[in-house]
Amino acid sequence: MSDTEIADIEPVPVKRPTRWHIAVFLAPAFLVYTAVMILPLIETLRLSLFNMIEGRLAFVGFDNFARLFSDPRLSTDFWNALKNNVIFFIIHMLVQNPVGIAIAAMLSVPNLRFAAFYRSAIFVPTLLSFVIVGFIWKLILSPIWGIAPNMMDWVGLKWAFAPWLGKPETALVTVSLISVWQYVGIPMMLIYAALLNIPEEVLEAAECDGITGWSQFWKIKLPLILPSIGIVSVLTFVGNFNAFDLIYTVQGALAGPNGATDILGTLLYRTFFGFQNQMGDRSMGATIAAVMFLIILAGVSLYLFVIQRRMRRYQF
Amino acid sequence: MTRILKGMLFATTVLAPAGLVATEAAAQTANLTIESWRNDDLPIWQQKIIPAFEAKNPGIKVTFAPMAPTEYNSAVNAKLEAGTAGDLITCRPFDLSLAMFQKGQLAALTDLSGMSNFSDTAKSAWTTDDGKTTFCVPMASVIHGFIYNKKAFQEAGVQVPKTEDEFFAVLEKFKKGGTYIPMAMGTKDQWEAATMGYYNIGPNYWKGEEGRKALIAGSQKLTDAAWVEPYKTLAKWKPYLGDGFEAQTYPDSQNLFTLGRAAIYPAGSWEIAPFKAQADFEMGAFPPPVKKAGDTCYISDHNDIGLGMNAKGKNPEAAKKFLAWVASPEFAELYANALPGFFSLNSTAVKMNDALAQEFVSWRQNCKPTIRPSAAIVGRGKPNLDLEMWRVSANVINGTQTPEQAAAETQKGLDSWYKPAK
Repeated sequence: MSDTEIADIEPVPVKRPTRWHIAVFLAPAFLVYTAVMILPLIETLRLSLFNMIEGRLAFVGFDNFARLFSDPRLSTDFWNALKNNVIFFIIHMLVQNPVGIAIAAMLSVPNLRFAAFYRSAIFVPTLLSFVIVGFIWKLILSPIWGIAPNMMDWVGLKWAFAPWLGKPETALVTVSLISVWQYVGIPMMLIYAALLNIPEEVLEAAECDGITGWSQFWKIKLPLILPSIGIVSVLTFVGNFNAFDLIYTVQGALAGPNGATDILGTLLYRTFFGFQNQMGDRSMGATIAAVMFLIILAGVSLYLFVIQRRMRRYQF
Repeated sequence: MTRILKGMLFATTVLAPAGLVATEAAAQTANLTIESWRNDDLPIWQQKIIPAFEAKNPGIKVTFAPMAPTEYNSAVNAKLEAGTAGDLITCRPFDLSLAMFQKGQLAALTDLSGMSNFSDTAKSAWTTDDGKTTFCVPMASVIHGFIYNKKAFQEAGVQVPKTEDEFFAVLEKFKKGGTYIPMAMGTKDQWEAATMGYYNIGPNYWKGEEGRKALIAGSQKLTDAAWVEPYKTLAKWKPYLGDGFEAQTYPDSQNLFTLGRAAIYPAGSWEIAPFKAQADFEMGAFPPPVKKAGDTCYISDHNDIGLGMNAKGKNPEAAKKFLAWVASPEFAELYANALPGFFSLNSTAVKMNDALAQEFVSWRQNCKPTIRPSAAIVGRGKPNLDLEMWRVSANVINGTQTPEQAAAETQKGLDSWYKPAK
């Protein structure tokens, strides 16, 4: 039916009094959110268009951006950070999310013993502070005091141990896997909830048709949890391109060795706040923050407007 | 998304000119706050130095407020710009403090009573390029060298090395012996590789001040043999560092040495006090070994720490009183003995009780002192030469970069902004 028909049938609506309470109830959240989120964001974007010229903040248009991409040193740092960030994200997508889905699938098997215990145990690291996680893993992997070399020795794998956090080839992968370990609980929980939402009737119908076990997972469950997987991917994307804390605690602000673990967050920190003898450059820092914002915006828009619209949803 | 927003919020609130002005109701007592990066020294300031001053100057209350060393420079700058910094600012040497003075953040102290207690060399780190204005009271310098475990040396039957060949022979012996890690140093934190490595052994190659000044004048380049050689020597350290040194942090190295598991520790004299407190074995020290016996030795005797006054401070009179006291011989003796390893820059000879500290200072008699090459003038630009040297020194020891590549990279960075006066 079309809109015009409705208009024809329905009588002219009664004029209701203005509903002030909606605005009143929304106001606190709106004001707080504006003050602590929207204004700083706008201010950062504004700052990226300004720079210090002879001691004064002056409008320079897109000069900062031009400098970020043309200055040989800045652009090398930036592309290196972006490349590392992409690798960081890919590792999360390849390890964290499939593992999270696998665990969720196993947990949702009926009659699994200690399911509640596993669920909590796997989720606990997510609740831990990144400082604790970073510190614990740094200690575990320490070639001097760590338990990793000894434990690997017990199973005859001592030869395979290396100071992973200190080698340029392995540092980024190691840090990514620490992060995966910490956050694997989030995809697990979301997917687990989605799996529980699948009605029994659908699964029973599948069983009547002879679809059980693995093929049931691939053919029935997976398509039904695809929207959740999409959400998890977006969360991972946003989280990874904003990541900073874990790298900072494990590798320091220099994100060594030789910038091998430098991601956009650590680059932003060093540029904005400065490090040791290098002074902070707020305009350039804001520029990097703006670029990060645009990258994330692009990624999220891609999901919202291209992928999510094509996703098929099932209503039960 | 929330995280970046939170980060931005944090950035804007911290850096926005804070409207909070501490209300100082107590008119009689002047409160002085010392901004510092020396968080290791907090107990010494609180228990020894500040009480000694307050006892003589009733009506002035001093608070020592240290923060993390790597964040100090930018944090104190932000505080100064926002007008929330304390009255007294601990000064990094050379270019960093000079920049603060030029921005009008530090007050000129040329006329401070007690400034005459310091030689021009001592003041050089906190004086304008024309030599006219001094803006920080020199407090202390640090000397680089190697600290060794005397017990380990006796067990292995080795002597203190004087030349480079002897040095590597000693390391080789410890490596063969297997009881001790020959040398405790890691490259994870990067700065150790440059500060305790390159700046430590380098002066013997570039002939101290001669090379440093030639670099500033442009007559030498970082790619010259004198500047590449030390990297080559550093590269040779690799086999003598402990297993997994790539992931070994600075505290790891300190602990390895004080627990008696390593024989030699490439050091700065600031380690003396904490090492004395931790280690239960006898320690000795030797200067960086020279190439051939009889060569002139050079040591890095780096003006490291001074104290300046916030030009917009609230209690300038009290701050000046404190600074005049810092410039006095009384403070020099108190400080040098409370913190052995931070050597007073005061012209009055200071009696030091610590044997290890005396050992370090005794090198001044035979060796020519110099400062870290990246500190003055060539350390002003972007990229920061000091940070560059951290990175490449660590790379050279890790073996991921050759000495030549390392030198070329630092020179390229320097060329990008530095034009030596012709």
